[in-house]
Amino acid sequence: MKTFDLSRQTVRELNQALHDVPADQPAEFLVTEPRGAHALACGIRAPVKVTIRGHAGYYCAGMNQLGEVVVEGNAGVGVAENMMSGTVRVTGSASQSAGATAHGGLLVIEGNASARCGISLKGADIVVKGSVGHLSAFMAQAGRLVVCGDAGDALGDSIYEAQLYVRGAVASLGTDCVEKSVGPEHLAELAELLARARSDLKPTEFRRYGSARQLYHFKTDNAASY
Amino acid sequence: MCGIAAFFAKTPAAEARLGEWFCPMLACLSGRGPDSAGFAIYRNPAPAGEIKVTLQSPDPQAWAGLAAALARDLGKVSGERATATHCVLTLAAPESAVRAWLAANRPDLTIMSIGTTIEIFKETGAPASVMDRFELHSATGSHIIGHTRMATESAVTTAGSHPFSSGLDLCLVHNGSLSNHNRLRRNLRREGVEFRTDNDSEVAAGYLTWRLRLGDSLEAALTGALRDLDGFFTFAIGTRAGFAVLRDPIACKPAVLAETDEYVAMASEYRSLADLPGIDKAALWEPEPAKIYAWNKADYQRRQAA
Repeated sequence: MKTFDLSRQTVRELNQALHDVPADQPAEFLVTEPRGAHALACGIRAPVKVTIRGHAGYYCAGMNQLGEVVVEGNAGVGVAENMMSGTVRVTGSASQSAGATAHGGLLVIEGNASARCGISLKGADIVVKGSVGHLSAFMAQAGRLVVCGDAGDALGDSIYEAQLYVRGAVASLGTDCVEKSVGPEHLAELAELLARARSDLKPTEFRRYGSARQLYHFKTDNAASY
Repeated sequence: MCGIAAFFAKTPAAEARLGEWFCPMLACLSGRGPDSAGFAIYRNPAPAGEIKVTLQSPDPQAWAGLAAALARDLGKVSGERATATHCVLTLAAPESAVRAWLAANRPDLTIMSIGTTIEIFKETGAPASVMDRFELHSATGSHIIGHTRMATESAVTTAGSHPFSSGLDLCLVHNGSLSNHNRLRRNLRREGVEFRTDNDSEVAAGYLTWRLRLGDSLEAALTGALRDLDGFFTFAIGTRAGFAVLRDPIACKPAVLAETDEYVAMASEYRSLADLPGIDKAALWEPEPAKIYAWNKADYQRRQAA
């Protein structure tokens, strides 16, 4: 295992070392003294395992491919932004825009995520064991957002085909987001996601939300409004 | 961009190290605001019946004869301390008389703040150099609100830097931008609020000045701000009693709070707090949108006495 002490080494050195790992070679990294530094472990393209011991700043594990990143602490704005594959786990809470535009992989947040969690989600899975803030899954196109706690205002506003599962209360649903029935196939995919996130919660405790598909096409009835 | 840092000491031990702990917090936010910096420090309360006036002038000779002239025309001057481009005077005279005298006799001087404990220092330049110029590292005091500026809405000038004074012992720093500041400024001017810049944040400070003048509590004034200010903001507001934090309902602009038995600290980013003693065990959270958070010095002084 390689250790990077960020009180003595730079984020650039850490990220370069991560980029230098050949795509087919596993490796393990430990990052100490992160002290909220931005852009930690960004652009990973190999099956490396990175443990960040402490709080991370903005855009931690951004663009991750294949990597397994654990933040032992909180993460700042945009954790796992544009992730393509792999897993990112935050043991504390995450700031706004967690998992923004992520295409693939799994983001697990053990605490809460603030506003705009999963904004413009493009296929990744996000499991938040606490609650999420307002405008989560805004314009989410594909992928799944599982919220074990509550969701803030305007959940799923202008949503496309992402699936949302919420166990607690939803403060309000955004435009074109509606509650949908839960079928056996949904319980099955939720059980699989909860297991991957290491949660004991029962899939039957969740409600499902998604697009009413009323915003997909321009309605001529409304033409006079523009 | 722009960065905000604030530190509120709960104990005399923390008050004694205010500058030492705060300087790295603000310096860390230089990337968010490299063009100017400023801070409002609450310390050395004026004796009963006196006020503290912080003045600014680029002319190093500006302070010669000033205290004597004020003493002759207005009342006893019990303190005078010049640091770089600023001078703090303590004198026995009402605020309105001081303002009128300065306008008539020394229009070359800019009033940074007036109150019993507040002192506002702000200048253009890198935050670390601004803090050095005002000898902040060795400062002691009750609480401090600081700002690093990346100008977006108006010019890089001393007057456009933060904090903005918004009344006796009151100040505001702002991260964000307001969309309706021109119309609000026109309306507030009609109500008698004075503005010196085209800056949007000054309008937020002027708005609070106006509401407080009408008799609002700080909480009521901030609730009004949520309704009347259109735009993005994280505010930190300094008062004689303590400090308050407010984010707009959309909450794009960041803020992190940390609280221990010794202090409450607030910053735009966690990394600004990372060097504070005891941060590992601090309660750490992001302030919720449109929720007013406030800390009052008297609460802790009572607790210490008990």
